[in-house]
Amino acid sequence: MLNRGRNIEKGRVITRRMFILAAAKILLFAGISSRLYNLQISDREKYEILSDKNRIREWKTPPQRGIIVDSFNKVLASNDRVFQLHLILDEITDFDVTIFKIKNIIGLDQFQIKKLYKKKERLKPWDTLVVSDNLTWEQFSKINLYLHELEGAKPVLSTSRYYPYANDLVHIVGYVGDASPKDLEKPEIKENFVPGLKVGKYGIENSQEKMLIGNYGIKRYEVNASGKRISQIDYIKERQGKKVNLTIDIEIQKYAQELLNGKAGSICAMDIYTGEVVAMASSPTYDPNKFTHGINQKDWREIRNNPLKPLINKSIAGLYSPGSTFKPLVALAALEYGILDPNKTIRCKGHKHPYELYGVKYHCWKKEGHGYMKLRNAIKQSCDIYFYEMARLLGVDKLSIIAKRYGLGTNVLGDLYNDEKNGLVPDTKWKRRALEQSWYLGETVINGIGQGYIQTTPLQLCLMTAQIANGGYKIKPHIIKNDTINYNDIINKIKLDQSNFPLHERNYLDDINIEYYQRMYHKKSNINFVLDAMFGSTNEQYGTSYRSRYDDPKYQFAGKTGTSQVRRITDLDRELDLDTEQIEYKKRDHALYVAFAPYKDPRYAISVIIEHGGSGSKTAAPLASKLIKRIIDRHKLREQFNNGNTSLA
Amino acid sequence: MLRERIQASNYSFLDKLRSVDYLLILLIIAIGSISIFAIYSTEGGKFSFYTKNHIIRLSVFFSLFLVLSFVRVSTWYKNAYLFYIVGLILLITVLFFGISASGAKRWINLYFINLQPSELMKIAVIICFARYYHRIQSSDIQSYKFIIQPIILLIIPCYLVIQQPDLGTSILIAGSGIAIIWLAGLNIKYFVYSGLLLLVSLPFAISILKPYQKSRILTFFNPDRDPLGAGYQIIQSKIAIGSGGFFGKGFLKGTQSYLEFLPEKHTDFIFTLFSEEFGFIGSIILLLLYILLIYRIINVGLVSRSFFAKLYCFGFATAIFLYVFVNIAMVLGMLPIVGAPLPIMSYGGSSLLSIMLGLSIVMSCKIYNQEQISVY
Repeated sequence: MLNRGRNIEKGRVITRRMFILAAAKILLFAGISSRLYNLQISDREKYEILSDKNRIREWKTPPQRGIIVDSFNKVLASNDRVFQLHLILDEITDFDVTIFKIKNIIGLDQFQIKKLYKKKERLKPWDTLVVSDNLTWEQFSKINLYLHELEGAKPVLSTSRYYPYANDLVHIVGYVGDASPKDLEKPEIKENFVPGLKVGKYGIENSQEKMLIGNYGIKRYEVNASGKRISQIDYIKERQGKKVNLTIDIEIQKYAQELLNGKAGSICAMDIYTGEVVAMASSPTYDPNKFTHGINQKDWREIRNNPLKPLINKSIAGLYSPGSTFKPLVALAALEYGILDPNKTIRCKGHKHPYELYGVKYHCWKKEGHGYMKLRNAIKQSCDIYFYEMARLLGVDKLSIIAKRYGLGTNVLGDLYNDEKNGLVPDTKWKRRALEQSWYLGETVINGIGQGYIQTTPLQLCLMTAQIANGGYKIKPHIIKNDTINYNDIINKIKLDQSNFPLHERNYLDDINIEYYQRMYHKKSNINFVLDAMFGSTNEQYGTSYRSRYDDPKYQFAGKTGTSQVRRITDLDRELDLDTEQIEYKKRDHALYVAFAPYKDPRYAISVIIEHGGSGSKTAAPLASKLIKRIIDRHKLREQFNNGNTSLA
Repeated sequence: MLRERIQASNYSFLDKLRSVDYLLILLIIAIGSISIFAIYSTEGGKFSFYTKNHIIRLSVFFSLFLVLSFVRVSTWYKNAYLFYIVGLILLITVLFFGISASGAKRWINLYFINLQPSELMKIAVIICFARYYHRIQSSDIQSYKFIIQPIILLIIPCYLVIQQPDLGTSILIAGSGIAIIWLAGLNIKYFVYSGLLLLVSLPFAISILKPYQKSRILTFFNPDRDPLGAGYQIIQSKIAIGSGGFFGKGFLKGTQSYLEFLPEKHTDFIFTLFSEEFGFIGSIILLLLYILLIYRIINVGLVSRSFFAKLYCFGFATAIFLYVFVNIAMVLGMLPIVGAPLPIMSYGGSSLLSIMLGLSIVMSCKIYNQEQISVY
């Protein structure tokens, strides 16, 4: 009985303890359920995203770059087929062995192999390593032959930038290369970048990146835990960049470049009404195709060390004193401000009796002197003495207003080129601000012949000439075609305005902001006077570019020579009076020439600068003459093409 | 009539059949069937090695369960110590002749099966303790002799299993043993004291852990410590379960397991796979099935007359609870990853065998629930 009681007691203990345990179990199960609720219901979205992140991997596919064409739709920058070798890293068991095999097949050097190892370190294990982005056909076929022995190797047909006119256009179109960390900061590149994508490094390629770069595609794959692709889920196709249409005529550009062959300098040609830059050559030049896959050390050194500085785009980044090419503008300023009667006579007495101001002597370039000169003759024969006096009377501030108005002193193409220079048109305020000195009258005097502080780019000189030649109307120079403007209307409007003068004469001299395609002159007769003097300079005896003239009115042009000193001329120099060939290259004068053509009903302006070329009339004017003929010969074609007859190209 | 039945040691077969707990069998079949689908899914929907093996094992061990269910409960009682000793011998055998896999020596090659004796030991400890406390008077339980003896009985297998090393199984063995000591009525103060002692000695215990065990525990507290290494399993498991959502991704559509992000998906992480594919609702249903199973086992204990049967059933129910809880809490990131299979669901012969064996003893308790076992 006692036992029985004990047993009942023991049974009770067991059962009680069991219930306590059961309660604990229920609690713990509730804990699990609430945890499940948290994970699967509260935080479901978070884990769903994580799960998708796990299983879906995106591969960006590079877009094709937009092409660049000239004004006749000729392709200037295209995408060529290239042979590449890629390595799929997660398919390779032994990277060293694979690289060794590849090295033997396509012949990589030690340096390239080191680079590949470095590149690989930066990649994720499922990424693709581009071993070579430009194989020769021979290498490519060899790789295909040994493909079965190469783990993870993938021969790829891809595209890369190709410039068919290589050297002729590099200063305009620029080139592409691998993106630098700085490039990647630019929003248009950052948004569209895909590893391996080439980006514009200079010129149109660089400034029109937004147009050209295109949009990458996305391939979404489901991958397993080791990163192996299981299936493609989604493919958003990449979109090629947009076409960029230039105003350049490649035929003229090529010819201009050819004319500059072996020299350092620039030739610019522009439509005087539309502002379309037809040619903008800079010499010497280099091959942009070499940059696409990374230029090799030797070629780079060659370009860098060339004393003629091929990397400088001389048309917009080269700064020169305009020399006598500035004279038409000085004359125009003097006439417009009514400073001087064009019939005023000044005597040029040669080096023995130079122009004197406060005891300082200013010589004319002509040793014997020009004798008695009126303004027209002074322009035609480029007499310095006349311009010294005229500049003195005019004053630098008025001259600078006109010079700036006609396109000097500010960059011409806006932000298209990051190396374009503004040049400098000095005035008294500028000097006080920049140099903290007051202006000397002597500086005004030499400014009158385009020397001294004044600095211009060849393209500015071309623009200046264009804006005089079109009768004094402001134009907007550009190198990328603007389809939003109907240029025929503008030409007609300007021509109508020209013929209607002087019906609505206005005092423009206070007018600071003149709109595009509006007149900039005060009196049309002043413009006409200058144009006529330039005609004389080229087409009349004793004119400085008389030898380069055309008698055929179709090609007849008017221009102005210039010789820009690169150093101060000493009395000794004057005594020696050496020929250009006898002077050390670096000390020779720059030869300049500006012109417009045809003289009757002009349409094109041109500027030529040959660095250290000696005199403008001997070196620069003949080149201009040749190019003008080519431009005029192509004018009809250009006109027809622009008016919609595209079949001609 | 009742008297007769109690005394009559020879139950008629019909009586036996009538006493069978059919709900329990149904639950086993239900969980077993779910496990087949889950294992089938781990193989990406292919009927191959794991699925085939699992089905074969399930049917063999289920049949064994049915047969062993008719073994008299007194037979189990009589052989309880023998069971324990055989388990110990097997554990020692493992120590010398065991097969190693991924750094642990846990198995004995029996040619037709690689047996993991630590799994059998889980049951052996319970049956051994049930017998041990069956005889002891409640007044004697608090005496030192009867406290020290079971502790020694428990420490030996736990120590042997830790040596393999297999912390998870060792904890589960200890857990079920302690549960029976608790059920037998040992004073609560001892549990409180030893709990405090454990807390105090925890730093010391951690210092003797193997580096991988330490890293698992550290990882448990911060899975992002090493997301591709030790934390990987927990992170991926949580992603799989969480992304399953309410209804799950659907059968055979669990991307985490299909794309091999899940480790050990047929064994320790089978619940993760199931939960990813069947979602919250599926997980709760599975959980309910386990709760029902535990309830049925407890119920057998309640209707049994002998202390042995009661202690065994309650102990075994607690053990099943522990296995389920530790496994699920582990894959949910609530406990460190210690390597504990989910009963019936996880792929693995020894684990399945021991669970079926344990269940057959429960069933025999049910069938022979009126059988008295002498206390002396």
